[in-house]
Amino acid sequence: MTVLDHRHLAPVPGWLPGATGPRSDPAPLLPDAAPVRVLGTPALDKADPLLLRELYRRLVVGRRYNQQATTLTKQGRLAVYPASTGQEACQVAAALALREDDWLFPSYRDTLAVVSRGVDPLAALTLLRGNAHTGYDPRAARTAPLCTPLATQAPHAVGLAHAARLRGSDTVALALLGDGGTSEGDFHEALNFAAVLHAPVVFLVQNNGYAISVPLTQQSAAPSLAHKAVGYGMPGRLVDGNDAVAMHSVLSEAIEYARNGGGPTLIEALTYRIEAHTNADDATRYREAAEVTAWREHDPILLMDRHLRAAGILDDELVQDAADEAEALAARMRAEFHAEPVLDPHALFAHVYAEPTPQLREQASQLAAELAAESEVHER
Amino acid sequence: MSTAVQTRTSTMAQALNSALKDAMRADPTVHVMGEDVGALGGVFRITDGLTAEFGADRCLDTPLAEAGILGTAIGMAMYGLRPVVEMQFDAFAYPAMEQLVSHVAKMRNRTAGAMPLPITIRIPYGGGIGGVEHHSDSSEAYYTQTPGLHVVTPATVADAYGLLRASIASDDPVIFLEPKRLYWGKAEWDPTAPVEPIGRAALRRTGRSAVLITYGPSLPVCLEAAEAAKAEGWDLAVLDLRTLVPFDDETVCEVVRSVGRAVVVHESTGFGGVGAEIAARVTERCFHHLAAPVLRVAGFDIPYPPPMLEHHHLPGVDRILDAVSRLQWEE
Repeated sequence: MTVLDHRHLAPVPGWLPGATGPRSDPAPLLPDAAPVRVLGTPALDKADPLLLRELYRRLVVGRRYNQQATTLTKQGRLAVYPASTGQEACQVAAALALREDDWLFPSYRDTLAVVSRGVDPLAALTLLRGNAHTGYDPRAARTAPLCTPLATQAPHAVGLAHAARLRGSDTVALALLGDGGTSEGDFHEALNFAAVLHAPVVFLVQNNGYAISVPLTQQSAAPSLAHKAVGYGMPGRLVDGNDAVAMHSVLSEAIEYARNGGGPTLIEALTYRIEAHTNADDATRYREAAEVTAWREHDPILLMDRHLRAAGILDDELVQDAADEAEALAARMRAEFHAEPVLDPHALFAHVYAEPTPQLREQASQLAAELAAESEVHER
Repeated sequence: MSTAVQTRTSTMAQALNSALKDAMRADPTVHVMGEDVGALGGVFRITDGLTAEFGADRCLDTPLAEAGILGTAIGMAMYGLRPVVEMQFDAFAYPAMEQLVSHVAKMRNRTAGAMPLPITIRIPYGGGIGGVEHHSDSSEAYYTQTPGLHVVTPATVADAYGLLRASIASDDPVIFLEPKRLYWGKAEWDPTAPVEPIGRAALRRTGRSAVLITYGPSLPVCLEAAEAAKAEGWDLAVLDLRTLVPFDDETVCEVVRSVGRAVVVHESTGFGGVGAEIAARVTERCFHHLAAPVLRVAGFDIPYPPPMLEHHHLPGVDRILDAVSRLQWEE
């Protein structure tokens, strides 16, 4: 199968051979002026009630996960936690819109998406607890490691999607990014490669208003982040990031579009980071309390609760079940994280290369001797 | 079955091209990608004919963005492909540094072995070809400083083939530094010879007075210096490291212990460079066998000079012989 064809372009009328001017009409690629919404619109009637109930359940469990992880940082049980509180609709919808053999490429604020994808909730936190960089097998979970250097995972998603297509699979890759990440060069390069290679990849930018302390107005002068898609030759979509149903719908459309050979899509989800950047941040230094309060009124769970109850889809039993599941997860997290992790210093040298170099073998022996001497001192 | 040795005579550039072709024929997961590697065959023609034989998917002309190239290669390797990336010139590889340091080098480690990245990154490097600014850097120390990478640099036609095959076959990422001023040197070699493993140095010339420890573009200079040294009464050994990471302490120390004097020669700047590491390692391991301090002959600690001045910067025969003369012969 040949994926790459050298598409010969029509010459620009009246111009020299080889001149390649405007090549397509940008209008179909433009995002709608208003973000896509489903909750509170007639479109909700067409949604699958089972999907709606599943989204609700995951939102509630996800919120509790965020809260418990934040609490664990205050107790010193997690080194750091960049909470996605307020962004759960993006996180949960991203996981739910993917097929099992699709791939997720998360950033450091996307632990909840990783968990919602099926990775063990505690294994997903080893990076932030500090006991292991990645606590899960990315191949088994089809979920790349949580990525800290901003937007650097985006080209990986492109390459994986491209390789999948070359190998005859219809796997799609979804890269999760933030508004700050769109300023990085890797964001640009990833989108350009994706469009040129026509790779089955979807980029979801969770625009939560701030890159740590810097607001979007100081990050970009673009009409919207979704508009950036047009410059690369892919469609841009703007969606209410706190409307879980809209998120699921727009993501599913983009993923199926990619799966069916349509190429990449850039989605901008308008959402808000309710918590500070991490537990180490003080958000009162750069934003007003009134702003946070306003967004709390547009909370993803609140919206689901209101609209699903009105539609007769949400009942007390589901609310209770979701709350119970959330509490059980929180209890498991507390129990697990109050036990000291088992660490093996010898493992430091295990996975630097396929085979340790002679130099690493020497250093491993040195560490082993230090550890032996230490334990001798302890025994005395 | 014929037992005749099937040698052929070719340039290093042709041997590298053969290695790519043979690797791609042997393994359909090997994919070549980079700038101008397709129809043009690369600016040095190392990928000549690959698109014609294997198609545009297997030899991919990418957009012009090195971080994007390497980042895309990472994703391809995650899905089971074995990318061979061409960086067009040494200094053009720098935009990919974050992908290299934060992901390529670390992925196996940060996934506890679950996700190795078998990527070969070919980088033409070094000076001596009259290249203008940004076309002549010796960037090896940036890579040797990064755990998780192998760093390989051939100096002979046969090694160019053998080490590139070994690098592509490696399950670890390899920085494959091609000394561009040796691209056009011809030699007879045996393509059927067993592929040499990564990580072993080769003694190119035996000698009893002192050893010149070198690699890549400086090997021919050292061999020339050793020849000239005969007139001064010095019998110099020349050791070609071939692989900087993993470092062949065993062979280096064996040779140094047998001769008692050593000079490290490389083009790149001396301060904090590979030569400093070698001098330290040799001193740590062979101190009582040394009759003189290990000396370094390196490029000056300056940005790479304009081409009309580069011969003053690059280590030459005279500078090497001057260092040899300072190995405390009188004591």
